[in-house]
Amino acid sequence: MSDLTNLTIAEARDGLDAGDFSAVELTEKHIAAMEAARGLNAFITETPELALERAGQSDERRAAGKTAGSMDGIPVAVKDLFCTEGVLTTAASHILDGFTPPYESTVTQNLRDSGAVMLGKTNLDEFAMGSANITSHYGNVINPWKGDAGKDLVPGGSSGGSAAAVAARMALGAIGTDTGGSIRQPASFCGVVGMKPTYGRCSRWGTVAFASSLDQAGPMTRTVRDAAIMLGSMAGHDAKDSTSAPEGVPDFEAALSGDIRGLKVGIPNEYRIEGLSPEIDALWTQGVEWLKSAGAEIVDVSLPNTEHALPVYYIIAPAEASANLARYDGLRYGLRVPGDSLDEMYANTRSEGFGDEVVRRILIGTYVLSAGFYDAYYMKAQRVRRLISENFKKAFDDVDVLLTPTAPSAAFAIGEKMDDPIAMYMNDVFTVPASLAGLPGISVPSGLSSDGLPLGLQLIGKAFDEETVLRAAGVLETAADFKAMLNGEGS
Amino acid sequence: MSYVIPGENGDWEVVIGLEVHAQIISKSKLFSGAATTFGSEPNTQVSLVDAAMPGMLPVINEECIEQAVRTGLGLKAEINLTSVFDRKNYFYADLPQGYQISQLYHPIVGEGTVTLDLDDGSTRDVGIERLHMEQDAGKSVHDLDPKRSFIDLNRSGTALMEIVSRPDLRSPEDVGAYLRKLRSILRYLGTCDGNMDEGSMRCDVNVSVRPVGETDLRNRAEVKNVNSVRFAMQAVEIEARRQIGIYDDGGDVAQETRLFDSVKSETRSMRSKEFAHDYRYFPDPDLLPLVLTQDFVDAIEAELPELPDARKQRYMSDFGLSAYDAGVLVAERETAAYYEIVAGGHDPKLAANWVITNLFAVLKDKGVSISDSPVSAKELSGLLDLITDDTISGRIAKDVFEVMVETGKDAASIVEEKGLKQITDGGAIEAAIDQIIADNPDQVAQYQGGNEKIAGWFVGQVMKATQGKANPGMVNKMLADKLKG
Repeated sequence: MSDLTNLTIAEARDGLDAGDFSAVELTEKHIAAMEAARGLNAFITETPELALERAGQSDERRAAGKTAGSMDGIPVAVKDLFCTEGVLTTAASHILDGFTPPYESTVTQNLRDSGAVMLGKTNLDEFAMGSANITSHYGNVINPWKGDAGKDLVPGGSSGGSAAAVAARMALGAIGTDTGGSIRQPASFCGVVGMKPTYGRCSRWGTVAFASSLDQAGPMTRTVRDAAIMLGSMAGHDAKDSTSAPEGVPDFEAALSGDIRGLKVGIPNEYRIEGLSPEIDALWTQGVEWLKSAGAEIVDVSLPNTEHALPVYYIIAPAEASANLARYDGLRYGLRVPGDSLDEMYANTRSEGFGDEVVRRILIGTYVLSAGFYDAYYMKAQRVRRLISENFKKAFDDVDVLLTPTAPSAAFAIGEKMDDPIAMYMNDVFTVPASLAGLPGISVPSGLSSDGLPLGLQLIGKAFDEETVLRAAGVLETAADFKAMLNGEGS
Repeated sequence: MSYVIPGENGDWEVVIGLEVHAQIISKSKLFSGAATTFGSEPNTQVSLVDAAMPGMLPVINEECIEQAVRTGLGLKAEINLTSVFDRKNYFYADLPQGYQISQLYHPIVGEGTVTLDLDDGSTRDVGIERLHMEQDAGKSVHDLDPKRSFIDLNRSGTALMEIVSRPDLRSPEDVGAYLRKLRSILRYLGTCDGNMDEGSMRCDVNVSVRPVGETDLRNRAEVKNVNSVRFAMQAVEIEARRQIGIYDDGGDVAQETRLFDSVKSETRSMRSKEFAHDYRYFPDPDLLPLVLTQDFVDAIEAELPELPDARKQRYMSDFGLSAYDAGVLVAERETAAYYEIVAGGHDPKLAANWVITNLFAVLKDKGVSISDSPVSAKELSGLLDLITDDTISGRIAKDVFEVMVETGKDAASIVEEKGLKQITDGGAIEAAIDQIIADNPDQVAQYQGGNEKIAGWFVGQVMKATQGKANPGMVNKMLADKLKG
């Protein structure tokens, strides 16, 4: 049954329930796939023994006629930003060398509680700071899709390892985190579904923090239905996270009715940015047509502050990060590089422990919070952030979801855009606004570029209305009929 | 009399404001579930949050919020229904997060008042600018090893209230009165134990000076590491004199942080400019704004205990005590509680006198607090019972009290054992008087010759003859009758 790795989560769940195969078999196939695809560098830590142990427990549960939850026996990959009990957790940073937490993040605990089997910890940009998965201390991740003449491409970032693992059939699903697009953009680059739920939907407890007011965990899967299933087992209020929303978790899968007749879909004018590539523009127009023919009503809307979103994001996120990363001081865990004084030890440890992009963001964040600049940068950015939220709120008075491209380009080659951080930051231009407003967004693979590379479209919804987003995404997925097959491999 | 310090060219006034850090009494820390017991083994009261492990998040402890609101109400201050926690960023080994969670821009408590009880019995109001909540840091221990420092995180994350006064204080005495009064209010409220020697109440003293008559504030020094009321008072005087010296020499006082050294009796600059901290405060994104309802505040207000000012008024109006006595008795909650037991069923002034004069002398002598008093309030009350019902005289009572202090026995059994019961039997007293009159004809003659002052000598003789047990009233009356013949 070599196809076990080609199943969707929904299919695997049904197969397990029907006894067509065991969780151990399913897991073994994925462990083999992980080994075969090590060249992609998608995982920092593989945990095959743990996976087989948990798969065995899942089989025992099923044999006894009970399942733990909707993910029972499903092998998944976990971004190495989530703390996992007894398993090395690195955030892809040298500074967390050897850090093995004695605790499990709420999101991974929820997944464990629903029976999911963790295959390992996936690679990412260091501390989730990046859009190409090239800033990892553990080396860059390679996109399973190949460019011209088999050229290696980036998987996007920061959840590049998770996206690559799902695209390359190493896991049925993966969890990522999204601060400014870190789930949606790599999903788009790797041809998978990636959803960032509403801020507060998933607990942040036990997830290494990048930017607290933006970080949000979400699923990366091969189908919209799988994203709905997985999100259902990750989400939920957590008293240990003060920003976690006291909302019940709806049956997301049940929302996938396939019926969007009368649904109002907004098209934000301001996302038609200058220089938008014609093929992305064409795909977007195609998306509009698909939804229209499924019975949706298309409405032009305006989000006037969109152009400010990226600069605002690159003030707020680094500001929060500069404080969040202060705890990595070499004193209690991770890397310590000695020095003759405390200050020297700090300097040595942090200079050696943090990579260039992390240092850049700490510097930016420290600068924008410093005396004399706080009002001009941070306070102003917060005001504009509120305006961006209000723009969305106003738009949602008239529409139910928004349709936009996910990223301004398809995956690019490793080495491109590396010298220009600003060009790299542009990757998040379509994903950042929803992050700033805390809104749910999903990237659905919707077509191929002229180079045969996957392109995603993004749907953005109202706060805590993931159901409508998923419903529309399901329709988009059906219409696009994206076969999620890898070009070079043709499997 | 206002406090001024003479300088070379005239008199100087001292302007002082205090920032008091008061550790909140709570079972667990401000943002974690770890316990807060003082004196525990190092690093045994540390949660994952307190150690700033990756991915850990703060969750506000409601008990600490209640305590802060309670304190605000006790300071007659406005309670801000919305307050916000900010991060104050700096690196130090005993600050695991690399930032302290505090409230800079929107504190939980706004303006209030503390009423000082001055030594002459008068009172004066001192403005409170604000009270905010914040986390304490851990402790660095530098003296266990020549090369290394040790870190104890037990205190890390413990809840503090920073109570900031207006620059309304003008003398070391004001500072002492303010600190004692604030401590008294906190203890009455049960929101801070006020133990400066255990560090659960610490203060920074902001001092500036200006020529008498000038109204603008000059540059101030913030003096840190002042860990007793006495040191705070000393620090004010030392720092004020230092600043006056600088002005007298034609210099300018720098606005800076200084450290008080009680051994050398000096303050010295703590940080040079290049180390000046930029704390980069910003709202903590891990915490939502703290929003209270008026009902929540009202419920706490309804349960507030009687505070020292109200109690002092009551002692003055109901018990007829002087402002001074009332102030002394209410200063400590334990003293007031002790006093009220002693005063029960007795003359409140007599009770006040016994507590303030006799009991305090013993406590001072033994160096113990009233909660460790060798004579309990109930026992002292028992002694006053014997005075009130004329079983013993006030003089004998003092002797009995001494025995009570030494032996721990109750007054009634001491009186019984030692046969100190007052003689109220007219016949016995009369016999003693007759004997003394018979033995001292010269003195009788003096008395009858007009020297009435000698009556006191006779009283003494009678008391001596009765081992002090004769009822002094009866002795006076019967002696006068007999001597006058």
